[in-house]
Amino acid sequence: MSEPGKPWDEGGPERLYTVSRGRAPQEPRHRPIELVSLIVARAEPEPGLAPEAAAVLRMCQFPLSVAEISAYLVLPVSTVTVILAGLLREDRVEVRAPVPAAVLPDPELLQAVMHGLQNF
Amino acid sequence: MDYRISEKISGPRSEDTLPASAAAAVKVVIVGGFGVGKTTMVGSVSEIRPLTTEETMTQAGVGVDDIAGIERKTETTVAMDFGRISLNERLVLYLFGTPGQERFWFLWNGLFEGALGAVVLIDTRRLEVSFDAVGRLEERGVPFVVAVNAFPEAPVHPMAELRAAMDLPDSVPMIDCDARDRSSSRDTLLALVRHLQSLHTVTPETP
Ligand SMILES: Nc1nc2c(ncn2[C@@H]2O[C@H](COP(=O)(O)OP(=O)(O)O)[C@@H](O)[C@H]2O)c(=O)[nH]1
Ligand SMILES: [Mg+2]
Repeated sequence: MSEPGKPWDEGGPERLYTVSRGRAPQEPRHRPIELVSLIVARAEPEPGLAPEAAAVLRMCQFPLSVAEISAYLVLPVSTVTVILAGLLREDRVEVRAPVPAAVLPDPELLQAVMHGLQNF
Repeated sequence: MDYRISEKISGPRSEDTLPASAAAAVKVVIVGGFGVGKTTMVGSVSEIRPLTTEETMTQAGVGVDDIAGIERKTETTVAMDFGRISLNERLVLYLFGTPGQERFWFLWNGLFEGALGAVVLIDTRRLEVSFDAVGRLEERGVPFVVAVNAFPEAPVHPMAELRAAMDLPDSVPMIDCDARDRSSSRDTLLALVRHLQSLHTVTPETP
Protein backbone atom coordinates (compact mmCIF):
# COMPACT_ATOMS: atom_id res chain seq x y z
CA MET A 1 0.00 0.00 0.00
CA SER A 2 2.15 2.84 1.20
CA GLU A 3 5.90 3.14 1.18
CA PRO A 4 7.04 3.98 4.67
CA GLY A 5 9.34 6.90 4.85
CA LYS A 6 8.42 8.26 1.49
CA PRO A 7 8.56 12.01 1.79
CA TRP A 8 5.28 13.82 1.48
CA ASP A 9 6.50 16.26 -1.11
CA GLU A 10 7.87 13.72 -3.54
CA GLY A 11 5.04 13.33 -5.96
CA GLY A 12 2.38 14.65 -3.62
CA PRO A 13 0.24 12.89 -1.05
CA GLU A 14 -0.64 9.34 -1.71
CA ARG A 15 -4.25 8.54 -1.20
CA LEU A 16 -5.34 8.50 2.40
CA TYR A 17 -8.63 7.01 1.55
CA THR A 18 -10.00 5.06 -1.31
CA VAL A 19 -11.08 7.63 -3.85
CA SER A 20 -8.79 10.39 -4.96
CA ARG A 21 -10.15 13.82 -5.53
CA GLY A 22 -7.82 14.68 -8.34
CA ARG A 23 -7.07 18.01 -6.75
CA ALA A 24 -3.49 19.18 -7.10
CA PRO A 25 -1.79 19.26 -3.71
CA GLN A 26 -0.68 22.64 -2.47
CA GLU A 27 3.01 23.37 -2.29
CA PRO A 28 3.86 21.84 1.10
CA ARG A 29 6.79 24.16 1.73
CA HIS A 30 4.56 27.20 1.80
CA ARG A 31 1.85 25.80 3.99
CA PRO A 32 1.82 26.90 7.59
CA ILE A 33 2.83 24.50 10.32
CA GLU A 34 -0.36 23.61 12.15
CA LEU A 35 -1.32 22.05 15.46
CA VAL A 36 -1.76 18.61 13.90
CA SER A 37 0.85 18.81 11.15
CA LEU A 38 2.95 15.65 11.38
CA ILE A 39 6.68 16.22 11.65
CA VAL A 40 9.31 13.70 10.61
CA ALA A 41 13.06 14.19 11.11
CA ARG A 42 15.23 14.07 8.03
CA ALA A 43 18.53 14.56 9.81
CA GLU A 44 20.38 13.53 12.91
CA PRO A 45 20.91 16.21 15.52
CA GLU A 46 24.34 17.75 15.09
CA PRO A 47 26.43 19.19 17.88
CA GLY A 48 25.84 22.90 18.10
CA LEU A 49 22.17 22.66 17.29
CA ALA A 50 19.93 24.28 19.91
CA PRO A 51 18.92 21.68 22.52
CA GLU A 52 15.23 22.00 21.77
CA ALA A 53 15.84 21.62 18.04
CA ALA A 54 18.01 18.56 18.70
CA ALA A 55 15.27 17.14 20.93
CA VAL A 56 12.74 17.63 18.12
CA LEU A 57 14.92 15.72 15.68
CA ARG A 58 15.35 12.90 18.18
CA MET A 59 11.68 12.55 18.99
CA CYS A 60 10.56 12.77 15.37
CA GLN A 61 12.20 9.61 14.09
CA PHE A 62 8.60 8.60 13.46
CA PRO A 63 5.83 11.07 12.61
CA LEU A 64 4.74 13.22 15.54
CA SER A 65 2.21 16.05 15.62
CA VAL A 66 3.17 19.59 16.59
CA ALA A 67 0.82 19.23 19.57
CA GLU A 68 2.74 16.17 20.79
CA ILE A 69 6.09 17.90 20.33
CA SER A 70 4.76 20.83 22.35
CA ALA A 71 3.61 18.43 25.07
CA TYR A 72 6.95 16.60 25.29
CA LEU A 73 9.03 19.77 25.19
CA VAL A 74 6.62 21.56 27.54
CA LEU A 75 6.72 24.58 25.28
CA PRO A 76 3.88 26.66 23.81
CA VAL A 77 2.78 25.67 20.32
CA SER A 78 3.89 29.01 18.89
CA THR A 79 7.42 28.48 20.23
CA VAL A 80 7.53 24.96 18.81
CA THR A 81 6.35 26.34 15.47
CA VAL A 82 9.28 28.75 15.38
CA ILE A 83 11.74 25.93 16.13
CA LEU A 84 10.15 23.79 13.42
CA ALA A 85 10.19 26.58 10.86
CA GLY A 86 13.97 26.87 11.38
CA LEU A 87 14.44 23.12 10.99
CA LEU A 88 12.23 23.11 7.90
CA ARG A 89 14.26 25.90 6.28
CA GLU A 90 17.35 23.79 6.73
CA ASP A 91 15.59 20.73 5.40
CA ARG A 92 16.10 18.88 8.66
CA VAL A 93 12.43 17.98 8.99
CA GLU A 94 9.57 17.04 6.75
CA VAL A 95 6.12 18.47 7.42
CA ARG A 96 3.06 16.41 6.55
CA ALA A 97 0.16 18.87 6.45
CA PRO A 98 -3.23 17.99 7.93
CA VAL A 99 -6.05 16.96 5.65
CA PRO A 100 -7.69 20.22 4.70
CA ALA A 101 -11.28 20.27 5.98
CA ALA A 102 -12.27 23.25 3.86
CA VAL A 103 -15.93 24.13 4.31
CA LEU A 104 -17.16 20.62 4.73
CA PRO A 105 -14.86 17.65 5.03
CA ASP A 106 -14.63 15.47 1.98
CA PRO A 107 -17.10 12.51 1.96
CA GLU A 108 -14.32 9.98 1.41
CA LEU A 109 -12.39 11.43 4.31
CA LEU A 110 -15.47 11.09 6.52
CA GLN A 111 -15.88 7.51 5.35
CA ALA A 112 -12.27 6.81 6.33
CA VAL A 113 -12.80 8.37 9.76
CA MET A 114 -16.00 6.36 10.20
CA HIS A 115 -14.26 3.08 9.33
CA GLY A 116 -11.31 3.90 11.51
CA LEU A 117 -13.53 4.58 14.52
CA GLN A 118 -15.66 1.51 13.91
CA ASN A 119 -12.61 -0.72 13.86
CA PHE A 120 -11.03 1.01 16.81
CA MET B 1 23.60 11.70 20.09
CA ASP B 2 24.88 11.95 23.59
CA TYR B 3 23.41 15.23 24.69
CA ARG B 4 22.70 16.21 28.26
CA ILE B 5 19.32 17.52 27.29
CA SER B 6 18.12 14.07 26.28
CA GLU B 7 17.86 13.25 29.95
CA LYS B 8 15.50 16.11 30.52
CA ILE B 9 13.43 16.18 27.38
CA SER B 10 11.46 13.06 26.74
CA GLY B 11 9.76 11.99 23.58
CA PRO B 12 7.03 9.48 22.97
CA ARG B 13 7.37 6.08 24.59
CA SER B 14 8.02 3.47 21.93
CA GLU B 15 4.43 2.23 22.13
CA ASP B 16 3.20 5.78 21.52
CA THR B 17 4.95 6.34 18.19
CA LEU B 18 2.99 6.48 14.96
CA PRO B 19 3.93 4.25 12.03
CA ALA B 20 6.24 5.85 9.46
CA SER B 21 3.34 5.63 7.03
CA ALA B 22 1.25 8.17 8.98
CA ALA B 23 0.70 10.78 6.30
CA ALA B 24 -1.82 13.26 7.65
CA ALA B 25 -4.01 14.09 10.59
CA VAL B 26 -7.46 15.42 11.26
CA LYS B 27 -8.81 16.87 14.48
CA VAL B 28 -11.98 17.07 16.50
CA VAL B 29 -12.46 19.52 19.34
CA ILE B 30 -14.29 18.62 22.54
CA VAL B 31 -15.81 21.65 24.21
CA GLY B 32 -18.07 22.51 27.12
CA GLY B 33 -17.86 24.18 30.51
CA PHE B 34 -15.62 23.27 33.39
CA GLY B 35 -16.19 19.78 34.78
CA VAL B 36 -18.47 18.46 32.05
CA GLY B 37 -16.10 15.60 31.22
CA LYS B 38 -13.89 16.82 28.38
CA THR B 39 -10.63 15.53 29.83
CA THR B 40 -12.37 12.28 30.77
CA MET B 41 -13.60 11.75 27.20
CA VAL B 42 -10.21 12.49 25.66
CA GLY B 43 -8.64 9.99 28.05
CA SER B 44 -11.19 7.26 27.51
CA VAL B 45 -10.82 7.08 23.72
CA SER B 46 -7.18 8.02 23.25
CA GLU B 47 -4.68 5.34 22.27
CA ILE B 48 -1.93 7.27 24.04
CA ARG B 49 -1.87 8.56 27.56
CA PRO B 50 -3.42 12.02 27.12
CA LEU B 51 -0.94 14.84 26.76
CA THR B 52 -1.12 18.54 27.42
CA THR B 53 -0.21 21.23 24.96
CA GLU B 54 -0.17 24.92 25.71
CA GLU B 55 -0.27 28.22 23.95
CA THR B 56 0.55 31.72 25.05
CA MET B 57 -2.12 34.21 24.22
CA THR B 58 -2.03 37.92 24.26
CA GLN B 59 -5.29 39.43 25.34
CA ALA B 60 -5.77 42.82 23.85
CA GLY B 61 -8.63 44.46 22.06
CA VAL B 62 -10.92 41.52 22.58
CA GLY B 63 -13.63 43.76 23.96
CA VAL B 64 -13.64 42.41 27.45
CA ASP B 65 -15.77 44.58 29.67
CA ASP B 66 -13.60 44.54 32.79
CA ILE B 67 -10.48 45.62 30.97
CA ALA B 68 -12.22 47.95 28.55
CA GLY B 69 -10.53 51.28 28.29
CA ILE B 70 -7.28 49.99 29.71
CA GLU B 71 -4.64 49.79 27.02
CA ARG B 72 -2.79 46.83 28.34
CA LYS B 73 -1.73 43.53 26.94
CA THR B 74 -1.95 40.51 29.17
CA GLU B 75 -0.21 37.25 28.42
CA THR B 76 -2.05 34.11 29.42
CA THR B 77 -1.05 30.53 28.96
CA VAL B 78 -3.88 28.26 28.02
CA ALA B 79 -3.43 24.50 28.26
CA MET B 80 -5.37 21.83 26.41
CA ASP B 81 -5.52 18.08 26.88
CA PHE B 82 -5.40 15.99 23.81
CA GLY B 83 -5.40 12.38 22.71
CA ARG B 84 -4.94 10.42 19.55
CA ILE B 85 -6.65 7.66 17.56
CA SER B 86 -4.91 6.04 14.59
CA LEU B 87 -7.70 5.57 12.06
CA ASN B 88 -5.63 3.59 9.60
CA GLU B 89 -2.00 3.26 8.52
CA ARG B 90 -2.03 6.73 7.02
CA LEU B 91 -4.65 8.78 8.83
CA VAL B 92 -4.59 9.96 12.45
CA LEU B 93 -7.32 11.64 14.48
CA TYR B 94 -6.42 14.06 17.27
CA LEU B 95 -8.95 15.01 19.92
CA PHE B 96 -8.53 18.27 21.76
CA GLY B 97 -10.32 18.94 25.02
CA THR B 98 -10.56 22.68 25.43
CA PRO B 99 -9.84 24.24 28.78
CA GLY B 100 -13.07 25.12 30.51
CA GLN B 101 -11.93 27.80 32.92
CA GLU B 102 -9.88 30.19 30.89
CA ARG B 103 -12.06 32.75 29.24
CA PHE B 104 -10.10 33.05 26.02
CA TRP B 105 -9.60 29.46 24.99
CA PHE B 106 -11.51 30.06 21.76
CA LEU B 107 -8.85 32.52 20.61
CA TRP B 108 -6.34 29.68 20.35
CA ASN B 109 -4.97 30.18 16.88
CA GLY B 110 -5.74 27.31 14.57
CA LEU B 111 -7.80 25.34 17.06
CA PHE B 112 -10.98 25.40 15.01
CA GLU B 113 -9.36 25.95 11.63
CA GLY B 114 -9.36 22.69 9.79
CA ALA B 115 -11.25 20.83 12.53
CA LEU B 116 -13.72 18.28 11.23
CA GLY B 117 -16.16 19.36 13.89
CA ALA B 118 -16.78 19.48 17.61
CA VAL B 119 -18.50 17.62 20.43
CA VAL B 120 -20.18 19.79 23.06
CA LEU B 121 -20.45 18.00 26.38
CA ILE B 122 -23.19 19.02 28.75
CA ASP B 123 -23.98 18.23 32.35
CA THR B 124 -27.75 18.40 32.87
CA ARG B 125 -27.30 19.92 36.33
CA ARG B 126 -25.37 22.86 34.90
CA LEU B 127 -26.40 23.40 31.32
CA GLU B 128 -25.35 27.03 31.42
CA VAL B 129 -21.64 26.20 31.70
CA SER B 130 -21.72 24.92 28.11
CA PHE B 131 -23.71 27.80 26.59
CA ASP B 132 -20.58 29.77 25.77
CA ALA B 133 -19.01 26.84 23.92
CA VAL B 134 -22.11 26.41 21.75
CA GLY B 135 -22.06 30.12 20.95
CA ARG B 136 -18.41 30.05 19.92
CA LEU B 137 -18.99 27.13 17.57
CA GLU B 138 -22.04 28.75 16.01
CA GLU B 139 -20.10 31.99 15.51
CA ARG B 140 -17.39 30.12 13.66
CA GLY B 141 -19.69 27.80 11.74
CA VAL B 142 -18.05 24.70 13.22
CA PRO B 143 -20.43 21.72 12.94
CA PHE B 144 -21.10 19.96 16.22
CA VAL B 145 -23.14 17.42 18.12
CA VAL B 146 -24.20 17.77 21.75
CA ALA B 147 -23.50 14.87 24.08
CA VAL B 148 -25.32 14.61 27.39
CA ASN B 149 -22.75 13.26 29.80
CA ALA B 150 -24.49 10.92 32.24
CA PHE B 151 -23.56 11.91 35.76
CA PRO B 152 -25.28 9.50 38.17
CA GLU B 153 -26.60 12.19 40.49
CA ALA B 154 -27.99 14.23 37.60
CA PRO B 155 -31.75 14.20 37.05
CA VAL B 156 -32.88 12.70 33.75
CA HIS B 157 -34.57 15.14 31.41
CA PRO B 158 -36.26 14.38 28.12
CA MET B 159 -33.98 15.30 25.19
CA ALA B 160 -36.58 17.69 23.83
CA GLU B 161 -36.49 19.66 27.07
CA LEU B 162 -32.71 19.83 27.02
CA ARG B 163 -32.78 20.89 23.40
CA ALA B 164 -35.16 23.70 24.21
CA ALA B 165 -33.13 24.75 27.26
CA MET B 166 -29.95 24.79 25.17
CA ASP B 167 -31.81 26.59 22.38
CA LEU B 168 -30.51 24.11 19.82
CA PRO B 169 -32.05 23.74 16.37
CA ASP B 170 -33.38 20.29 15.40
CA SER B 171 -30.51 19.95 12.94
CA VAL B 172 -27.99 19.54 15.78
CA PRO B 173 -27.89 15.91 16.93
CA MET B 174 -28.13 15.23 20.67
CA ILE B 175 -26.97 11.99 22.20
CA ASP B 176 -26.47 10.41 25.60
CA CYS B 177 -22.97 9.43 26.56
CA ASP B 178 -20.75 8.34 29.39
CA ALA B 179 -17.44 10.09 28.92
CA ARG B 180 -15.70 7.51 31.11
CA ASP B 181 -16.64 4.73 28.76
CA ARG B 182 -14.49 4.16 25.71
CA SER B 183 -17.16 2.75 23.43
CA SER B 184 -19.69 5.38 24.48
CA SER B 185 -17.16 8.11 23.71
CA ARG B 186 -16.37 6.47 20.42
CA ASP B 187 -20.09 6.34 19.58
CA THR B 188 -20.25 10.06 20.29
CA LEU B 189 -17.49 10.64 17.75
CA LEU B 190 -19.30 8.41 15.28
CA ALA B 191 -22.44 10.49 15.79
CA LEU B 192 -20.41 13.56 14.88
CA VAL B 193 -19.08 11.90 11.73
CA ARG B 194 -22.61 10.86 10.74
CA HIS B 195 -23.77 14.40 11.29
CA LEU B 196 -20.97 15.70 9.05
CA GLN B 197 -21.98 13.18 6.40
CA SER B 198 -25.59 14.35 6.59
CA LEU B 199 -24.49 17.95 6.10
CA HIS B 200 -23.00 16.81 2.83
CA THR B 201 -26.24 15.44 1.55
CA VAL B 202 -28.24 18.57 2.38
CA THR B 203 -25.65 21.19 1.48
CA PRO B 204 -24.48 21.49 -2.11
CA GLU B 205 -20.72 21.22 -2.32
CA THR B 206 -18.95 24.51 -2.22
CA PRO B 207 -15.71 24.67 -4.14
N1 LIG C 1 -20.23 9.87 36.87
C1 LIG C 1 -19.56 10.45 35.88
N2 LIG C 1 -18.54 11.24 36.20
C2 LIG C 1 -17.86 11.81 35.19
C3 LIG C 1 -18.19 11.59 33.85
N3 LIG C 1 -17.37 12.31 33.07
C4 LIG C 1 -16.54 12.95 33.91
N4 LIG C 1 -16.81 12.65 35.19
C5 LIG C 1 -16.15 13.20 36.36
O1 LIG C 1 -16.38 14.58 36.40
C6 LIG C 1 -15.23 15.29 36.80
C7 LIG C 1 -14.84 16.35 35.78
O2 LIG C 1 -14.47 15.72 34.59
P1 LIG C 1 -13.34 16.31 33.62
O3 LIG C 1 -13.21 15.35 32.50
O4 LIG C 1 -12.12 16.69 34.36
O5 LIG C 1 -14.07 17.64 33.11
P2 LIG C 1 -13.52 18.80 32.18
O6 LIG C 1 -13.33 20.00 33.04
O7 LIG C 1 -14.63 19.04 31.19
O8 LIG C 1 -12.26 18.37 31.51
C8 LIG C 1 -14.15 14.26 37.02
O9 LIG C 1 -14.08 13.99 38.40
C9 LIG C 1 -14.64 13.05 36.26
O10 LIG C 1 -14.21 11.86 36.85
C10 LIG C 1 -19.28 10.70 33.55
O11 LIG C 1 -19.64 10.44 32.43
N5 LIG C 1 -19.92 10.17 34.62
MG1 LIG D 1 -10.38 19.29 31.61
